[in-house]
Amino acid sequence: MHLVTIAWKSIRQRALSSSLTALTVALGVMLMVSVLVVHGLVERVFSQNSSGYNLVVGAKGSPLQLVLNTIYYLNSPVENIPYLYYKELQANPAVKHAIPMCMGDFTPEGGFRIVGTSPEFLEVPYARSGNGDGKQFAIKGDILRNDFDAVIGSHVARTLNWTIGSTFQPAHGVADADHVHEEKFTVVGILAPTGTPHDKAVFVHMDGFYQIAGHEKPADEAAEKAAAFAKAAGVEGPAPKPAVPHDDHAGHDHSGHDHHHHDIPDEQKEVTAVLLITKAPTLSIQLSAKINEEPYAQAAVPFQQISWLLTNVVGNVRSLLVVMTVLIIVVSGVGIFVSIYNSMADRKREIGVMRALGARRSTVFSIIFLESILLCVMGGVLGVLLGHGLVFVSAPLIEARSGLLINPWSVEPLELVILPALIALASIVGVVPGLRAYQTDVAQALSSG
Amino acid sequence: MSLLLKQVRKAYLQEDGSRLPILDIAEFKLAQGEQVALVGESGGGKTTLLNVISGITLPDAGQVLVKETDIARLIEPVRDRFRARHIGVVFQTFNLLPAFSALENVLLGMSFSGQAVDRLRAKELLDRVGLGHRLGHRPGKLSVGEQQRVAVARALANRPSLLLADEPTASVDLAHQVKILELIRGACQEQNCTLLLVTHSAEVASQFARVARLSEFNVARSAVAAS
Repeated sequence: MHLVTIAWKSIRQRALSSSLTALTVALGVMLMVSVLVVHGLVERVFSQNSSGYNLVVGAKGSPLQLVLNTIYYLNSPVENIPYLYYKELQANPAVKHAIPMCMGDFTPEGGFRIVGTSPEFLEVPYARSGNGDGKQFAIKGDILRNDFDAVIGSHVARTLNWTIGSTFQPAHGVADADHVHEEKFTVVGILAPTGTPHDKAVFVHMDGFYQIAGHEKPADEAAEKAAAFAKAAGVEGPAPKPAVPHDDHAGHDHSGHDHHHHDIPDEQKEVTAVLLITKAPTLSIQLSAKINEEPYAQAAVPFQQISWLLTNVVGNVRSLLVVMTVLIIVVSGVGIFVSIYNSMADRKREIGVMRALGARRSTVFSIIFLESILLCVMGGVLGVLLGHGLVFVSAPLIEARSGLLINPWSVEPLELVILPALIALASIVGVVPGLRAYQTDVAQALSSG
Repeated sequence: MSLLLKQVRKAYLQEDGSRLPILDIAEFKLAQGEQVALVGESGGGKTTLLNVISGITLPDAGQVLVKETDIARLIEPVRDRFRARHIGVVFQTFNLLPAFSALENVLLGMSFSGQAVDRLRAKELLDRVGLGHRLGHRPGKLSVGEQQRVAVARALANRPSLLLADEPTASVDLAHQVKILELIRGACQEQNCTLLLVTHSAEVASQFARVARLSEFNVARSAVAAS
């Protein structure tokens, strides 16, 4: 009979105490795994490569909030900036791509963020791969060609069961809470899963976004802002024009649409933010400095902001949680030690019998030692399963609260260290009870009650 | 010769530092296949003698030859292995391991001998002691008589040349005593295994052709008793 079998049967003999001991290990490992999985996900989502954009330009305020809102669709927008400013950035010789991002609407069901943008957004790399190359969106269907076209993220398609041809009306403000716009958009394309927050967003054509009633800035307010912008930019601002109903524009297919077109003067248009890809990385530094000197907008470097977030907030929280879970596991290890060590008094005779049957000292030591290892490994494996199970169960809640897409079954590299670490821990706590078995006086053990 | 003890002495250290002699045996021998009842008063050193013969306890002096091997001279791991292969032990309280089934208890004895585990032989042994239908039962589910039969099967598992039985009938009723005794003696006879059976019962001892009285060949206890 193999020693592992003998050890396993001894564990089974003390089923209740063994189960409870293994469970304490399992709970510690469960916490550690869930922390690692969620943190790994956060780190990947917010990694240096998670964004393919050099700069995010938006209204003055918190640069972190600007980045989180524009790239990760978290938090609320800081404020809007004039459309004219976007046009100016687009014309800047250092800029390769300037992509407007207009936010504020959500899908009526599911509460997914609707982003008004240009078709260019879907054509430029949304992130960088490990070797620094750009990752392009893969789209099933078409890109944004007409004003009321929409391309949806994979998670949106799956959750709302939307397919190409599905139509929807954006809801203003937080989903379900405010009114639903009359304008109807049609899904023309579905993004392949990217593992980024883009999966949970709906992209509509910016021109359609501006045609939604109420999305234009009031003329007087726009005039005031345009004048301020023109003054800051050192140019004479154009006079704002009122919005004009637009019912007979040529070259646009109205079939299947249910909306009122109206032209909005550029002065009355706003964008929430602009994503910039510069012609060279170094140009983004100069451009960022220039934009930030001006009073009108701010430029944030996504990598810097996210790096700060990861280092100062997420990293510290993770370190704290990992330290706590390591302590829990160490306490579990002490539990295993106490459990086995206490059982040794009751098993003195059992060990004496084994020795009388010919078991060597090293054999009884190995049996007790293996019990410690088995308990730790069982607890560890159970803990890994429970940890992923916990993430699986809490994924909808985390997704709803944070907007992050959770893959409960993704394995973090650190997880691979857990079992060897547990075996090391078991080896340490198994030595003393093992030595006690080793030193058992057979004659005395056999004569004991 | 199956067993030969020569000039064996054993004393225990007492709390006051003095030594209490337990065994002082000039010579004691058993022929191969011989069956002997060992009788003696309580505390007379019977269990110590069995422990010395099986190598569980080392003598202070003398030779303990089992199959011409002085087990007192063997280093401990070799002595353990020798005991597993050549000496079977039946305890008064059976000492079956509660976590293991009847079959596993028998296999356990084989495992420690360093030889291949022979499941077929283990089943045959249990079948021979009338437990072929209770192989998977743990000791807790077996009657006292059944437990003792498992203990006998376990002691014989490695085909020992010497079987030491320490009052194997003391814990069972009269009806079982006879059966267990028949079982042990019959099994030893079949395997040509030497049997040294410790008993307090004159009735049990009377069934043996040779009865060894410890007080007659153990000078140490005689001396202590005389003083």
